[in-house]
This record gives sequence, C-alpha cells and structure tokens, in this order.
Amino acid sequence: MFDDLRDLYQEVILDHGRRPRNFRRLEDADRAARGDNPLCGDRLELWLKLAPDGRIADAAFLGRGCAISMASASLLTETVKGKTPEQAKALGEKVRTLAMTGACPECDGALAEDMERLAPLSGVHEFPSRVKCATLAWHTLKAALEGSKEATSE
Amino acid sequence: MSVALQPAPALDVARVRRDFPILARTVRGKPLVFLDSAASAQKPRAVIEAMVRCMETAYANVHRGAYHLSEVATESYEAARAAAARFLNAADPREIVFTRNSTEAINLVAHSWGRGVMRPGQAVLVSEMEHHANLVPWQMLRDDGRGIELRVCRVTDEGELDLEDLAAKLADGKVGLVAVTHMSNVLGTVTPAERIVALAHAHGAKVLLDGSQAAVHRRVDVRAIGCDFYCFTGHKLYGPTGIGVLWARLEHLERMPPFLGGGDMIAGVTLERSEWAPPPAKFEAGTPPIIEAVGLHAALDYVAAIGLPAIEAHERALVDHAMRRLSGVEGLTLLGRARDRGGVFSFVLDNAHPHDLSTLLDRAGIAVRAGRHCAEPLHARFGLEGGTCRASFGLYTTREEIDLLADALVRAREFFA
Repeated sequence: MFDDLRDLYQEVILDHGRRPRNFRRLEDADRAARGDNPLCGDRLELWLKLAPDGRIADAAFLGRGCAISMASASLLTETVKGKTPEQAKALGEKVRTLAMTGACPECDGALAEDMERLAPLSGVHEFPSRVKCATLAWHTLKAALEGSKEATSE
Repeated sequence: MSVALQPAPALDVARVRRDFPILARTVRGKPLVFLDSAASAQKPRAVIEAMVRCMETAYANVHRGAYHLSEVATESYEAARAAAARFLNAADPREIVFTRNSTEAINLVAHSWGRGVMRPGQAVLVSEMEHHANLVPWQMLRDDGRGIELRVCRVTDEGELDLEDLAAKLADGKVGLVAVTHMSNVLGTVTPAERIVALAHAHGAKVLLDGSQAAVHRRVDVRAIGCDFYCFTGHKLYGPTGIGVLWARLEHLERMPPFLGGGDMIAGVTLERSEWAPPPAKFEAGTPPIIEAVGLHAALDYVAAIGLPAIEAHERALVDHAMRRLSGVEGLTLLGRARDRGGVFSFVLDNAHPHDLSTLLDRAGIAVRAGRHCAEPLHARFGLEGGTCRASFGLYTTREEIDLLADALVRAREFFA
C-alpha cells in the first residue's frame, strides 16, 4: 500500500527518526538555538561546542517532531562535527536546495561526501508540506551560528 | 438530547455523493476519501450553480441602486438572511449578522460586547477545548487594559466540559459572558448547551456558543437553547468560504456599538459625526459577501431538503462504526470519549508521528488533518503537544471510507514498525 513512499521514508530516515543520534543536552555548549514549526508543533533545541580553532567539536539536540525532522536533526549533528561554521552553513544551504528540488547541482567538491550521506533527505521535495520538516534543524543551525536564539522554517 | 418521535427518513448516501462533483475525482490514482470536513466541507452542485447563476443573471451591489438588478441582488441577499434565521429558529431575521466566518463573528462580539457593554471587573469564561477563534479574541480583550478577566473552564479526561468547574467559576457572579464551543473540533464532544445556558443565566452571565462544528451535525434552535449569541461558518456547512453568521438577540445587537465603520452601516454621516443604522446593518460595513450569501442560502436549502434528522441519524451510525473500527486498531489512541459526540475523531498511533501518518494516508487517497487543529491548549491538556491526526465526517461520508481508514492505519503501523 505504501511501497512508493520508500523514497521518502528510506531506512536511514526511519532509523534516525526512531533512534536519533546525539539526542542529549550539551551542558557546556558555546552556541545554542531553538527551532520551531508553530503550525505543526515540531520543536527542537540545538547545541554546538566549538573547538579552539573555531571548528564544531560537538553537536547535540533535543526535541519532538516527525520522523523526517528528527532524522534531519540527527544527521545534522553527525555531519557538522569537524566543520568550520562557514562550511556548516554552506552545507545547510545545500540541504535546503536538496529538500526543495530533490537535487543539488553544485554538490560535488568539498562537501560531496557529506551530501551523499544527507541524500535521503531529498525525498521530501515531492511533498511541499513536508519540506519544512527536513529544513528545520538546518535553519536552527544557522541561527545558532549567527547568534540568534530562535529559528523557524515557516 | 431530543428523541425523535418518528424514525427519520434515511439518508441515501450514494445519491448524496452524486451531488458533490469533487467526490468523483481521484487523488494519487486512488478514489478520494475526504475525511477533513471539519476543516472545510466540500460543496454540492446546488451551491456551485446558485453562485454561478447569481453572477450570470442577477448580480449587482446591494442596498444601493434603485435599479432592477440591485433590487434583485438585495432581495437575494436578504432572503439568505431569512434562511439563516429559519435555520437557527431565530425570532427575527434582523438578529442575523453576516460576517466573513465564525472567527469574525466572535471578534465582533469580543469587540462590540466586550469593549462596549462589559464593565471593568467582569470576566469572560471560556473552556480548555476552544478553537483558537474562541480563545484569542478574549485574550486580546483581557490584555486591552479594560479590566476584563479571562477564566478557563476545565475539560475532563473523557473530553467533556467539567460542569462542576463551570459552576465554580461562575459562582462569584463576576462572569459577564460564557463563550464556549457547542461541539469540539478536536474531540467531537457536543457540549450540553441548555445546561450551560441555565447555569450561566442563573449567575447573571450571557452565553455565546461557537457552533462552527455543531451547526453542521445537529439541528440548532437558538430559542430552545436560550443562548445570547450563536455563530457558525458557511464553508463547513457545504457553503462557500467568506461568509459566516452571527446570531444575537436583537436587544443585545441594539445595545452594542458597531464593529467596523464604513458604508452601509450608517443612518447619516456629516464630516463631524455619524449615526448608526439599526441592526443588522450596523454590523455590516462595506459591500457584504453577496454571492457567498446566495451560496450559503443554497447550502442551507440543500441541508434542509435532506433533513437534519436524517443527517444526525447517518452521522450517529458513522460514529458508532468508527468507534468500533478505530478501537480495533492496535496502538491507536483516541482522544476524548464523550458520551455525546459528533463525527470528529482525533487520534495518535504509537509508532508514527501525526505528520508522517497523514503523508502515508494521503498516499492511500485519504485526506485527514494532522497537527493541533487550532486548539493548542487542548492538545497540551492531553499531553499531545506534537499534535494528532483528525478524521472528520460529512453527510457524504460512508462506512466503507471509515473501513479504508482503519485498514490503512493498520498498514501504516506496520510500515513504521
């Protein structure tokens, strides 16, 4: 009945949705922001720990939401570790393109490997009402890195 | 609840469905199973054609021109008002004010009654199960610096209005207005309108009932209920968007200052000041929703032709069937178990978030709403901040559609296992 939904709900999404990684509070975080989808009730809090050279040393989150928003946040915490803030924001931009169009023409190069890992998020592009589920965590990341407290993907 | 003395003529659902052109379409290759009528109902051909006919043959602005078309349009518009009065068994068509929707009707009362008639130190009493439309306008009134308090009546674990709490919050006599839903858009609970009115009036409070859901499912008789204000919206009652109805006792409308100012609501205007027209014109500034009123009239006629008793009986059978089928879905929790309820079911599945679930159901052609259904406090009350899925029925809903939903829910649970 739902076989054609396997593109949207790939095993990676279901797995990270069920058991999100880095699902905890970072007590000694250097950056934090809250993300909110007021219309659907999805909400998360993201924490970042920065290394002395400015790179992201650790990332963690807590929140509630659908499988896609939880999986996206979980994958985010795994992929941004070791990145500079600029690299992490660039990654976020590419995820947005991926979620909205299903493709990322400029995704080769430095971030190619990470984008391959995030590719399962591309399934949402066929579901306009679900794109914001995939992008909420990345909006929150941008807010955290730019020093704002709140983000929304509405 | 009233007991019908004679069995109502049964509703022929197959025939009813043929009246709704949209029900013939498919979604993602599957027949449409539309279970979101509580958000907005589909439109029968009679409504669509009445609106087209109005625009093609009898349209002009109302209450203005002394020419044939304007007179015809004015007659149609006022005939819609009379139809709305009959629908609610109002004493006088002048008690019917056309608004954009229920939200505007409640805002009108909050503005005109709340700011113009209520006194500092008085309170408005709402309940935990209000749609935001019957909560936010009262919060705005409370925060307006006029000394109006806002109280909230609790909802029981079964999803019913806690009448003991209602009585307790009325006891000091400070409540000037009780504003509660007549049927919850989340729980399906039908509230005991007559008892609420008796309690409120005994303590000197007026009563506004938000009938956005109830008017679709039950016969509403405002004189039998005894309330002071009642509102409903056209688009949930198989009519067009852009038109709602506020009914209020004429004596109240006469006391209330206008809501919006402009053309059509005045008796006379000079550069210095204006005098208000009598109700209902006083509350209908500007060009009203003329075509929409014609559509609403057609919708009320359509519902009347099928008969509210038949609609109620059809829905009661659907509710019983849905209760049986949904209770049998493993891992499914239904929100609210009120004794008196209509065809609205909100639920959560243990291993699927409401948004994931609605995406899956959509694949099966089933349209349900996911989220908090403009009732965030109620979801918080039940610890469901993440929302619910909601299936809601209309007069065109079939038992087979409920079976399809129940089967799809079982499959969805397997999908996320």
